Amino acid sequence: MSALAIKDLGKSFGGLRVTAGVTLALEAGERRLIIGPNGAGKTTLFNLITGELKPDDGAIALFGRDITALPTRARPHLGLARTYQIITLFAQETLLHNVTLSLLGLSPLRWSPFRRLDRQAVLIERARAALASVGLEALAGRPLAQTSYGERRRVEIAMALVQQPKVLLLDEPFAGLSVDERKDVRRLLASIPRDVTMLMIEHDMDVALELADRITLMHFGQIVVEGSRAEVVAHPRTREVYFGS
Amino acid sequence: MIRAAAAAVALCALAAAPLWIPGGYYLNILSQILIYAIFALGLNLLVGYAGLVSLGHAGLFGVACYAVAWLVAAGAGQLVAALGALAVLLATTAAFAVLSLRSAGIGFLMITLAIGQILWGMAYRWIDLTGGDNGINLAARPQPFGISLAFATPFYYFTLIVFLVALASVAVFIASPLGASLKGTRDQPRRMSALGYNVWLIRFLAFLFSGLWSGVAGLLFCYYNQFVSPNVLSLGSSAEALLMVISGGSGTLLGPIAGAALVVVMKNVASAYIERWNFLLGAIFVAIVLFMPEGLVPGSARLGRRLWLRLRGVPAAGGAR
Repeated sequence: MSALAIKDLGKSFGGLRVTAGVTLALEAGERRLIIGPNGAGKTTLFNLITGELKPDDGAIALFGRDITALPTRARPHLGLARTYQIITLFAQETLLHNVTLSLLGLSPLRWSPFRRLDRQAVLIERARAALASVGLEALAGRPLAQTSYGERRRVEIAMALVQQPKVLLLDEPFAGLSVDERKDVRRLLASIPRDVTMLMIEHDMDVALELADRITLMHFGQIVVEGSRAEVVAHPRTREVYFGS
Repeated sequence: MIRAAAAAVALCALAAAPLWIPGGYYLNILSQILIYAIFALGLNLLVGYAGLVSLGHAGLFGVACYAVAWLVAAGAGQLVAALGALAVLLATTAAFAVLSLRSAGIGFLMITLAIGQILWGMAYRWIDLTGGDNGINLAARPQPFGISLAFATPFYYFTLIVFLVALASVAVFIASPLGASLKGTRDQPRRMSALGYNVWLIRFLAFLFSGLWSGVAGLLFCYYNQFVSPNVLSLGSSAEALLMVISGGSGTLLGPIAGAALVVVMKNVASAYIERWNFLLGAIFVAIVLFMPEGLVPGSARLGRRLWLRLRGVPAAGGAR
């Protein structure tokens, strides 16, 4: 059974077909890299997988369960987590609060109107440990607005990992990072346990190719090439997409 | 420590108000401030903590007002009338929320405005039920545990107790996981959904809680005036409540209370001395927007901190927003 199976997925915005007949299967523990030029439909595919966009046709299954019609909010409870290309965090809150909110999203405690959140020791310790795992424990009490871009990227990843996902979607995790920050994030991603299935969009091939087991090339909303690193790099369609015919 | 001491002083001052406030008139003004503070606290749950600006909350305030006056006029006892009014209020709030939460931002504001106007229109034109322009009289104030609320002092203490319960409940809610979730839906609704939160349901529950306190304030207002008319549900009343929240500081616990005090004092006290008191109130709001755009309470705190740092000779970091 595939961890994530996508079949004939299609999406149009008016007359513009942004995803067409996308079929993709990720085995449990696999690390898949999605590449393609801007406008290829990579982030749209992520939005379809997480339910932020409704597909016009096709189906999405998570560990054999059809989640195509499930609302976005239900999918994290089934083990699906993502990070965003454009960082969407809670700028006025501390790093610790950001990660705690992520944990709280999967906890029945989120419905409690009576208990004090800052006294939920178990939750807060787990959030602190997640921040420590991305090297940000010392900044736990700092408002997010006072952190660097690279630190925010790591908070994004911590928020996704703290939910202990089975399938993790990473949308350009290296975007906008300095060389040193890229090294840190690469080390961090490499340390994610192998039982987590990863689907990653990334433009930085040097960094991303090292992390991926297989690569999928998208162009104009369709999958053009799929295979191992060597197969995709050597494929004539890859050269055509990136360098022209 | 300082906050706890300030809260204790404020509580003592409020508890001893009948001793230091001269006469029933000013004590009644204080009761009015507390009533509008409860209303503003309820509205602030939506405006400040959910990021949903409602221009129809006077409708909920008025529904509770009308319901209790109508039930008492129909022969129900005061307790039954109060509970019945709360039931009507919650049903109305739920319908109000289901309709208005179909949208956010300007769409939400326009839907709440429209529903508020519908409720005002019903109060004004459904004469058989509401008495139209003539309104409904409330024969007498309730007598909880046999204590008459007919005079200013007992009514003030009754209002104070309800106010403290409202304040405590809002404070507990905001510090709770559900309160944190609500603030999250204000800042990043899309992200909250992707984290597993049901954004709509969180907002719906906040709307119910907000409506509850708005309606409780309406009940107290009806007891206070012993009369209700369509003016209570008017757009002007909704806008006034919104001004209380924004001028005091939306998204803060004490801001709506300060805003309510400002508006009630201007309406009742300044109007006795200044004919163009509306002009003065407008000028004060403009001054708040210019010098404390975050509202009176957070703005005063910011200026206080700067002054304190200046007195200690520490250079201030950053200026006003």
